[in-house]
Amino acid sequence: MAVRAQFENSNEVGVFSRLTNSYAVVAIGASENFYSVFEAELQDVIPICHATIAGTRIVGRLTAGNRNGLLVPTTTTDQELQHLRNTLPDSVKIQRIEERLSALGNVICCNDHVALIHPDLERETEEMYYPHHYYSLIADVLGVEVFRQTIADNVLTGSYMALSNQGGIVHPKTSIRDQDELSSLLQVPLVAGSVNRGSAVVGAGMVVNDWLAVTGLDTTATELSVIESVFRLGEMGPRGAGMGNANKESIVESFY
Amino acid sequence: MSMDLDAPVPIAAQDHVAATILCCNCGAPIDGTTAAGALCQDCVRSTVDISEGIQREAVVHTCRDCERWLLPPNSWVSAALESKELLALCLRKLRGLTKVRIIDASFIWTEPHSRRIKVKITIQQEVVEGTILQQAFVVEYVVHYQQCSDCLRSFSPHTWVASVQVRQKVPHKRTFLYLEQLILRHRAHQDTNNIKEAKDGLDFYFSQRSHAEKMVEFLSSVVPVKVKKASELISMDIHTSTKSYKFSYSVEIVPICKDDLVAIPIKLARSVGNISPLTLCYRIGTTIQLLDPNTLQTAEVPGATYWRSPFKNLADVTELVEFIVMDIEPVGRSNGRFHLAEATVARASDLGSNDQTYFTRTHLGGILHVGDSVLGYHLTGTMFNDPNYDAIEASSQYSSTIPDVVLVKKHYTRKKNKSRNWRVKRMAREHEEEALQGPTGGSRKQEQERERLEADFEMFLRDVEEDQELRGTIELYKSRKNQNAGGMEMDEDSEDEGVPKINMDELLDDFDDLNMNDDE
Repeated sequence: MAVRAQFENSNEVGVFSRLTNSYAVVAIGASENFYSVFEAELQDVIPICHATIAGTRIVGRLTAGNRNGLLVPTTTTDQELQHLRNTLPDSVKIQRIEERLSALGNVICCNDHVALIHPDLERETEEMYYPHHYYSLIADVLGVEVFRQTIADNVLTGSYMALSNQGGIVHPKTSIRDQDELSSLLQVPLVAGSVNRGSAVVGAGMVVNDWLAVTGLDTTATELSVIESVFRLGEMGPRGAGMGNANKESIVESFY
Repeated sequence: MSMDLDAPVPIAAQDHVAATILCCNCGAPIDGTTAAGALCQDCVRSTVDISEGIQREAVVHTCRDCERWLLPPNSWVSAALESKELLALCLRKLRGLTKVRIIDASFIWTEPHSRRIKVKITIQQEVVEGTILQQAFVVEYVVHYQQCSDCLRSFSPHTWVASVQVRQKVPHKRTFLYLEQLILRHRAHQDTNNIKEAKDGLDFYFSQRSHAEKMVEFLSSVVPVKVKKASELISMDIHTSTKSYKFSYSVEIVPICKDDLVAIPIKLARSVGNISPLTLCYRIGTTIQLLDPNTLQTAEVPGATYWRSPFKNLADVTELVEFIVMDIEPVGRSNGRFHLAEATVARASDLGSNDQTYFTRTHLGGILHVGDSVLGYHLTGTMFNDPNYDAIEASSQYSSTIPDVVLVKKHYTRKKNKSRNWRVKRMAREHEEEALQGPTGGSRKQEQERERLEADFEMFLRDVEEDQELRGTIELYKSRKNQNAGGMEMDEDSEDEGVPKINMDELLDDFDDLNMNDDE
């Protein structure tokens, strides 16, 4: 299902939270209202981590992650890292990445299988020579295939795309050809759309996993219906049939 | 107020309409690559108001008397209704209009008495990246009255602080006509609040005492005057001992004019170069300049000397009679433009009835010829009631030198109502008797008054034509009539052969009239 929320009068919920299929990270705000929205939907399903990254609240923009792992920037303190490690499930790998483009949430957009990254991301981030063989950080930590891509000529893939295993929503100015190309890479259906009453930064305006989307309070009914349909939120619950990806190929086929 | 919105103008051409997104407002499928944000055209039109923050109602101020409009902060401009000047003023009144681009603005006709001005303004602004919205709306202006500072000054009775009352006790207005030209030329009237015509003179009103003093200084630098100052206490604060006064300067101009016959006291005549006491005033500068036509001797009587022992003129230009020169012979002596000659003249009215001729010496030897018509004072048979003249008659030294006739100036026969190729500017002033200005005229007395004024003005214009020296001190302008006619009337008035004319080179173009068509 899709819910609307607001973080301290800001509609950009994707800035202040990171939602995956196995955990959620929510910024520490002045009030617990924003956290309560997540708590109401996710309690007893996945752990919700109250966290800061490098002392800031913009946890959604600084981190990138999926059910397999979480990438945090190099500015993350040891204490924060320890807290994340303590809170998140043991199966989730947490990796601190030394990367010039430290807002990892803006430059990496991923679901549990594929990641689209900023074309200028350092080669070392993508794959690193460690002790004796090439070791791909993003691919190994997140367990994904990595593609360097742009979305509607924007390099910030994480800002202009919201992605789950069921589908994705991209910048409204993305042409049909680009959508087709991205969709064939990701093997999920994509639509162009907006959140928060016409905002093009869909990645920052919402968070989504396979059964829940949280969008800004300004999101219109039309936008919400687009989101619900492309992420197939009505059909699946947290433990519903859509969980996992056994029938992913057939879903993609049926959508077309 | 109605607001009609025009269609937004997308930058990119919509050659292929592929619906890629749904409008976030209404859900209509639109092409996301060309849409404004995620809104369809209809939603952009209905939700975005680029004229937000622009006033829809404003107030403009106009002065009821001079019909000028207030251009904030404090200047007043004249603009006709529905003129582009007024449109500029109206647009300047609107706040927030600088942030948008104005495409068009026009007046919507309103009844003038409604005191409303409606302006339709079309503006453009970029609403989101790549989308420009054009919108037209109507702004209503309410016209309020506000008296402008100039009218305020002239209407309220207590705005003047100082007045200068200029008087000359003579039966004609020639001096004031000349003074008017001098004042116009030196822009001495710029600080006046008001100029009123009074009996025997003019009143100038000023809002500051220093302006009045400047005017007095100006007057005493051009004519011999006597100044008296008076002040009236208007109010006083005894605690702070601040007082406010009204100051009046009485400026009396010597009652002697050019071409007047003057009998000066014999004592004065001895002191100013032993001139013969029966003289002709040939010029009024800062001093009274006198000429003895018998000897061409000249003398100057300074203003201060005059006011110590004032004298009156014996006769003025209204008493001139026309003579015909029967015979003239130069004596050979000359003084500047004056050439002494012995002339035999006869009264023009005597011609054909008797053979009475008079022998006289004249200073007009240079311009008079046999048969010319000349104006002069006829002393024989004239009774002057003047103590100075009586003293001359009684004096053993001077009684024999009194001539029969004193010739003053050459007389030119002019056509009636001849149009001149030049004109002078006039000062706007208020007559004390308002009825004088009436188009039809009032009683017979006022009619006569106006005729006399016209005659004085005509005489002044003739003086200007005949006197090169006088002409140099004032500004003459090309007449508008002749500008239009071009040089067509070169040989029009052949019978006015000898009449002096003013060369076109001496005339000024009047730039005030170049783009305005007021009928004077």
